[in-house]
Amino acid sequence: MAVQRSGESSYQIEGVYLGQTAAVAGPKEGEGPLADWFDRIWPDEGTRYHSYEKAEQALLSEAESIALDKSNMTWTDVDVVVGGDLLDQLITTNFDARSHSRPMLGIFSACASFTEGLALASLILGQGGPSTALVTAASHHLSAERQFRFPLELGYQRSPTASWTATASGAAVLGTRSSDLRIDSVTIGRVLDWGSHDPNDMASAMAPAAVDTIVRHLEAMGETQAHYDAIVTGDLGRFGLTLAQHLAAEEYHVSLGEKLQDCGEMLYDIQHQDVHNGGSGPGCSAGVFSGYFAEKLRSGRLHRILFVATGALFSPKSYQQGESIPGIAHAVAITRQEEGQ
Amino acid sequence: MGIDVRNKANPDRIRRFQDYANRIRPKKTVGINLAWAFLVGGAISLFGQGVMWAFEHEGFSSQTAATPTSIILVGMGALLTGLGWYDRIVKRGGMGGSLPITGFANAIVAPAMEYRSEGLVLGIGAKLFTVAGPVLVYGMAMAFVVGVARYLLGIS
Amino acid sequence: MTFVWAFVIGGLMCALAQWVLDNFTLTPAHVLVLFIVLGALASGFGVYQKLVQFSGAGATVPLPGFGYTLVEGIDQAVKQKGVLGIFSGGFTAAASGIKAALIFGLAAALIFRPKA
Repeated sequence: MAVQRSGESSYQIEGVYLGQTAAVAGPKEGEGPLADWFDRIWPDEGTRYHSYEKAEQALLSEAESIALDKSNMTWTDVDVVVGGDLLDQLITTNFDARSHSRPMLGIFSACASFTEGLALASLILGQGGPSTALVTAASHHLSAERQFRFPLELGYQRSPTASWTATASGAAVLGTRSSDLRIDSVTIGRVLDWGSHDPNDMASAMAPAAVDTIVRHLEAMGETQAHYDAIVTGDLGRFGLTLAQHLAAEEYHVSLGEKLQDCGEMLYDIQHQDVHNGGSGPGCSAGVFSGYFAEKLRSGRLHRILFVATGALFSPKSYQQGESIPGIAHAVAITRQEEGQ
Repeated sequence: MGIDVRNKANPDRIRRFQDYANRIRPKKTVGINLAWAFLVGGAISLFGQGVMWAFEHEGFSSQTAATPTSIILVGMGALLTGLGWYDRIVKRGGMGGSLPITGFANAIVAPAMEYRSEGLVLGIGAKLFTVAGPVLVYGMAMAFVVGVARYLLGIS
Repeated sequence: MTFVWAFVIGGLMCALAQWVLDNFTLTPAHVLVLFIVLGALASGFGVYQKLVQFSGAGATVPLPGFGYTLVEGIDQAVKQKGVLGIFSGGFTAAASGIKAALIFGLAAALIFRPKA
């Protein structure tokens, strides 16, 4: 185990592995193109719960249980839980933690929380701290709508750049015991504010942060984009993908092209599911990674990816007060260990 | 915003990025939105006129028919909101659904349903006028100013 | 004829509001506030009354008609009670609409649950 700093905020990690992962998705996500990859799909948005906030906690709790079951672990095997969500005071993560009572690090980078968790857990595991961590993130469409937008039944038109907060959760086991997937390196993102003001266009706010983190990671590691089979952002959506590709090419001379994929763009059938720009929310990247990309790595269809979840850091108050919307992105590089390696 | 939090980044780069984003940002379908707003708003108004006509037929004057008409329309808006249909009307019709009095009902009923989980007093009670409140506040304020002016000018 | 004008005027007012919403960076709440204020103002100048005369519900059903109701209510109250009517008139005239929405809102909250 070792952690070696490289550049301003990038770290090479040795001896930290990605174990089992689990993803639970809501009904709309279950009708999307990634349906087959989720461990469980809810038949409804959780109407059996007293509130949608409680439903979000259940969503998270299910992903955690599945990930532990797949790993043949119990809660007592988990040394630390690192998790985040969107709701005020992190109530999803913290209230869920009441039931498992494991040591808890609650984190917030909005929709980038999952890679913040992966990066943070890799750093502390890699330095000989805890030896097993459970990294989680969750979001629920209806609880997010209540907090950030309007009452559900209030009629309004969504703008074409608006994203759809996903009802989804993801959980990943990280450990120091060798397994197929290795955490190679991480880059901690910095908050960038390029003056976007529209909460209905988070892509413009997050694309600069995503490109900044990707470019700094490649530079610090002495890599090019060719090093990776895919560079996967969190929830830039269709519009944000175009922005990020353009920005990287024009301003940083990094041609990401088709290599750049986005969880938010992949989660839904954008043509037919009426989600406008695509999916968002911490659960979006957590679910798509835990369900789809981790499995693609395990099966050998992908060998190395750079996972860069993106977050727009605003609150309903901040944009009512006219503040612009800062963005952040954290990167984690994951490699499949080939035979004999 | 006293300090420019963006001062560390290259301002030209930011400007070029925002220009590009503005150029390729998906646009709202303004023409189609206008047509739907006209049709939906017109249809609701026409329905209101029908109700008013019916009341006038029953012996109400054009003045007194307005009150039961607005109650009926508010009731319709509330029912459609409760059934979960009114947000679909607005999704298509935009302001055509929001501007009529049925939309006013929607603006009151939606938060009432929404905040039930926070309790009868601090949930429903406090949030009932979340959306309709500003409309009433500034409507009343403007009507007051107009009322004072008309009184002073001797119009009313 | 009132029926045709009700459709046209009601529709045009909503289309105008939609145009404002789509072309300025305003939320729907801002547009609604703007239109009730405009309705009250137009009634103050005596313009809105003419619109109500020939288009009926086309002018009273959209939100500017609510502004008109407030101003008319104040006018009538001033006639009956004098200057204090400026304070009492608006709410009196709007009472039935607001109270209906309030009662139906409470009822709906008890009967229905928000859906996706």
